[in-house]
Amino acid sequence: MVLTGVTVFASLIELGDWNIVLALVIATIKATLVVLFFMHLYYSSKLTKVTMIAAIFFLFLLLALSMTDYLTRGWITNPVR
Amino acid sequence: MATAVQATVERENYLNVDYSLKSWLLTKDHKRIALLYLISITAMFFVGGFFAMLIRLELLTPAGDLVSSDTYNKLFTMHGVSMIFFFLIPSVPAVLGNFCIPLMIGAKDLAFPRLNLASWYIYMIGAIFALTSMLLGGVDTGWTFYTPFSTSYSNTHVIGTALGVFIAGFSSIFTGLNFIVTIHRMRAPGMTWNRMPLFCWSNYAASIIMVLGTPVVAITILLVALERLFHIGVFNPALGGDPLLFQHLFWFYSHPAVYIMILPGMGVISEIVPCFARKRIFGYEFVALASIAIAVLGFLVWAHHMFVAGISVYAALVFSLLTYLVAIPSAVKIFNWTATLYKGSITYDTPMLYAFGFIGLFTIGGLTGVFLASIGVDVHVTDTYFVVAHFHYVMVGGMVLAYMAGLHFWWPKITGKLYPEGWAKLSALFVFVGFNLTFFPQFILGYMGMPRRYHAYPPEFQVLNVLSTAGASVLAVGYVLPMIYFVWSLRYGKDAGPNPWNAVGLEWMTASPPPTQNFDVTPVVTWEAYDYEHQDEEVSVGH
Amino acid sequence: MDQQRETSTFGMWLFLVTEIMFFGGLFCAYLVYRATYYEAFVAGSQTMNIWLGATNTAVLICSSLSMAMAVRCAQTDKRKMMVILLLITIMFGAAFLGIKGVEYHEHWVNHQFPGPNFQFEGAEAAGVNPQNVQIYFSLYWAMTGLHALHMIIGIGLVTWIVIAGARGAYSPDYYSPVENVGLYWHFVDLVWIYLFPLLYLISKKHGG
Repeated sequence: MVLTGVTVFASLIELGDWNIVLALVIATIKATLVVLFFMHLYYSSKLTKVTMIAAIFFLFLLLALSMTDYLTRGWITNPVR
Repeated sequence: MATAVQATVERENYLNVDYSLKSWLLTKDHKRIALLYLISITAMFFVGGFFAMLIRLELLTPAGDLVSSDTYNKLFTMHGVSMIFFFLIPSVPAVLGNFCIPLMIGAKDLAFPRLNLASWYIYMIGAIFALTSMLLGGVDTGWTFYTPFSTSYSNTHVIGTALGVFIAGFSSIFTGLNFIVTIHRMRAPGMTWNRMPLFCWSNYAASIIMVLGTPVVAITILLVALERLFHIGVFNPALGGDPLLFQHLFWFYSHPAVYIMILPGMGVISEIVPCFARKRIFGYEFVALASIAIAVLGFLVWAHHMFVAGISVYAALVFSLLTYLVAIPSAVKIFNWTATLYKGSITYDTPMLYAFGFIGLFTIGGLTGVFLASIGVDVHVTDTYFVVAHFHYVMVGGMVLAYMAGLHFWWPKITGKLYPEGWAKLSALFVFVGFNLTFFPQFILGYMGMPRRYHAYPPEFQVLNVLSTAGASVLAVGYVLPMIYFVWSLRYGKDAGPNPWNAVGLEWMTASPPPTQNFDVTPVVTWEAYDYEHQDEEVSVGH
Repeated sequence: MDQQRETSTFGMWLFLVTEIMFFGGLFCAYLVYRATYYEAFVAGSQTMNIWLGATNTAVLICSSLSMAMAVRCAQTDKRKMMVILLLITIMFGAAFLGIKGVEYHEHWVNHQFPGPNFQFEGAEAAGVNPQNVQIYFSLYWAMTGLHALHMIIGIGLVTWIVIAGARGAYSPDYYSPVENVGLYWHFVDLVWIYLFPLLYLISKKHGG
């Protein structure tokens, strides 16, 4: 809850590009707490923990590898024949 | 002999326990659900085959004279959609996996039997949506639904077909979920991971892909439908969107999807080769780990379908390298199967014939995939028949042959009857010859530049196209024959007994067909997998 | 029974994995377009009401708390307390949807729904292409809409277990439906925890 307040407040601070990073970090902390304690992942079997980590890893793959395309498009132009 | 036959006929099994239609439609028995799937996917296979026939007939002549180009677009789209989403993806997992996995691990049923039945109903609903769209006029976007054509310009039944695929995707997800939980939690006492049949390992790996990948294509299809309905511009360049984003999201699933198709097929081969070579499989751990490696690496290579679409060169380099890597675990498996044959005592029953076909044809298909991984080659042959030949070699020469192998191998267990071996061998020959005659010329055609998805072509390509169509006719015979003799065997086939192949594995230790609860007593496993040497010793000593 | 409980919970976790990837596709689209059309996204997000969004975040976190406490009650056989907490959860869920409805109405009357009627007045002032802002809104409606759909399903599920729970269907030996619905509910909360900063808090300039 406190963290939500912090998030909103943080958005009002001028941090330029880092704003999103801070907001996401706070969101991730909140999310981790929900997953670990509300969802009892902290107390769950190793299998469940591995399953969650795998899911996040694959989501990360989707995002990261797609971005390898979008972020590098401007780097070089294909030579025109 | 007469007493034994009588005993088999009178003993209760999962088939004769209740003959009513309701008991079939409301069944929770994984074996019955497997048969329900068998009927559905066979029907969809012949739907897809019907479209293939029309395609090959059109391509007999260079001119586009049988159907208009719009109709041709619909033909290859619907061929792809029915074959990929409604036949290949469910085939081995939903039919053979559903039937065999609980038996192989010594369980009574899957972890969530009602979810299993729901999966089948969801599949049927999806199939009905897709079939209805086909009957109402079809779809012409290609099974790949590329935007912005599918979202903004096509005037065919995109949403209906897309919905059908979306719904069928959930069937796939639930089956995968069911398998993962079952394999983790329902193995019999003593059945450690390292004693589990490789068929289970392969289905487990495929299930991981199903669970992780299918939701992404689901949301992508949903976005396409939304875009069509509300004219939003997420994928439409005229409205600021990026059509490549669609391709990224689509192929993030659709590439691993091909591993969903092939991994269970490889699992079938891993069961058949040791049985008919009477030898333990070579390198069990490597084959098991290779399955997992294929599943994981398969998620890293999707943009190799987009090399010429406009992605950045750097991204293309990354994906090309990763694509080379994913070939390695598949090669490991091929080496291991071949090594299993060395100094084995090989018999050439039909399942083994199909397995041999698989090993050869999958190798060709897989190697041509490696050619395509090279960006230079890919630029030359992309969207030509070379690519078509590549994926038909792995999908048909690989996957369908594996499916046929598995059907023949486990048919005695499923039905309690033996199929006629002579006819089956003849069929296998038709399939092998027909397949190669159909698709090998397409490698040449593609290399020479014939583009795919065109209903007309330059006259110099005609000879090879005629060969291809001739091959397709032979192949069709090879598919129709098993329909006939399998059905024939249900009534007139010889009784199979629990273990006609003298195979190793828990499923062969129960009756054929099995009782509803699979095992009268829960087995306790104390031996390693694929213990063929002991099996043969015991059998010979027993006599 | 323990084995069955762990099995059904494992099944639910796997289902949540599929949900992560399902929403993940939308997050991927969001990431790509935000990187490409940053200013348009800023302009779009300025029309969001952060206070309503923040309230909704708080509402959902409270509902997760009441849900977690309800699961605890199921485990410790406090049936009446469990039912009360589940009802509180539903109440919070409904509140969320109500606030969301208010926001949606606001956006709708301002022609901020993508499609032929889309209009964005401040486009030239902010120096952005209204088409790109439309993409922001497309993703906004798609992501929050899908989330709201999951909320509605969640409320339905909690209603189901409230009724069954009130009838005494659950005990310390058998409470996996409560636990699994709880997992689903927390997941829907998690998605919102990420949606809020991504959609509402893009930049420092806010009209409120």
